[in-house]
Amino acid sequence: MNFILENVKYRQILDIPYLSLTGPGVTCIVGESGSGKTTLLKLLNNLISPDQGQVLYNEVNLEALDPIQLRRQVIMFPQNPSIFPGSIQDNLHLGLEFAGKPLPSVTELNHALDLANLEKPLEAGVEELSGGEQQRLALARLFLLEPEVLLLDEPSSALDDATEVLVLNSINDFAQSREITLIMVTHSKAVANKYAETIITIHNGQVVRNQEVAVRG
Amino acid sequence: MDNIIDIGLVQLISAYIFVLILTIILRKNRIGKEQDLLIAVTRMTIQLVLVGYILEYIFGSNNLWLTLLALVIMEAFAIRNIFSRIKLPLSTKFKQVIGIAMVTGTLTAMIYFFLVVIGLDPWYEPRYVIPLAGMLIGNSMTGITLGAERLLDGIKRNRHLIEGALMLGANPGRATRDIVNSAFYAAILPTINSMLGMGIIWLPGLMTGQILSGISPLIAIKYQIAIMLGILGAVSLTVIILVNSGIKTFFNTRAQLVLPEGFINGKVRN
Repeated sequence: MNFILENVKYRQILDIPYLSLTGPGVTCIVGESGSGKTTLLKLLNNLISPDQGQVLYNEVNLEALDPIQLRRQVIMFPQNPSIFPGSIQDNLHLGLEFAGKPLPSVTELNHALDLANLEKPLEAGVEELSGGEQQRLALARLFLLEPEVLLLDEPSSALDDATEVLVLNSINDFAQSREITLIMVTHSKAVANKYAETIITIHNGQVVRNQEVAVRG
Repeated sequence: MDNIIDIGLVQLISAYIFVLILTIILRKNRIGKEQDLLIAVTRMTIQLVLVGYILEYIFGSNNLWLTLLALVIMEAFAIRNIFSRIKLPLSTKFKQVIGIAMVTGTLTAMIYFFLVVIGLDPWYEPRYVIPLAGMLIGNSMTGITLGAERLLDGIKRNRHLIEGALMLGANPGRATRDIVNSAFYAAILPTINSMLGMGIIWLPGLMTGQILSGISPLIAIKYQIAIMLGILGAVSLTVIILVNSGIKTFFNTRAQLVLPEGFINGKVRN
């Protein structure tokens, strides 16, 4: 898997002459708030298109790909993921329905909840869940979709320190076991240093550093 | 029909005296709305007198082109009224959808209603076409206004849910299905409610008018049933076209959510 950005400009937010993101593996994008990190993820997910330049996915311009099919392979996990009214099971089913995938067995749904460290029954209503639990429900929903690339925007922002470690470990284990590429925006250098093989630093919409880190076992 | 009581000029003036007394009461109680009331009464009088003479002329002429002109004016005023009543900013494309939905939906309902249900001959008989078209257009106008407002408000309030669904691979239609369904239901609810109460809570306008004109209630109810079904058809059709085509104006060819300038943070029009 690889993404290449060539001469990409988006409003006054991003200006990237060239950037290559390859997988599988973990790439972390770090930078201050408002530096353009989330906008970069949205470009990769084709939720927005660049004003200038092009974004290539596996050497094909995103504009030439079916946006729906692309988003089913390259899924974005926003900072505040959408939780839809209903039960935990409804939310897991909705994710699969959106992605055009068949509904799995209850055992598989529970397995996804285990992977995301969410110890709640499938029939529990989402209004009973705390912010952190809703974040983990959204992760469980993501795990069922088995994408090629996961774009994660501050996935642990709503979690306390202990849960953050659990959740990031489970995302990392899940991605490694299935050779899924992780592209993760984080404000935390500690998180980037712990998980990333490549760290990209963005400042004022420009890539100021693209650093290879030692490959992790 | 010969024993209809015509209202004489003196009797009509006595109706205004009723309003005059009301105005004095408002003034004495310092409610302060007597000016609004007088403006409304004056406007209503001028509008109805003018429309009375115009209709008398059109009905007398039985002219195809005059009937069509009346329909065009009615549609244009209805569309203009919808634009002014919707408080959120409208894109040009969405305005076009409103116009297309109004014209297509009401015309289809009119053609079916006039030709198949009533069997008008000639089909443009203004005595039937103008008042019945007015009811279909007026109700569709209310339906479209409600449907459009609910649709726009739904998109504004649920933007993050729509984007969340898109991020998971939903197509725009699936990502907005609940909002579209809710807008459709909100738009046809008044028509459904009015049908439920009809004949028990009130006698509808068309039926009342016919009964006052001396027509048998048994004939009047047949017209009322037919026009209510026509209204339900016209409102449903216009709103279906509006919500299904209107929602598409919020997405580009890349299935990206595109909102008009000022849609989220802009001021709501008064």
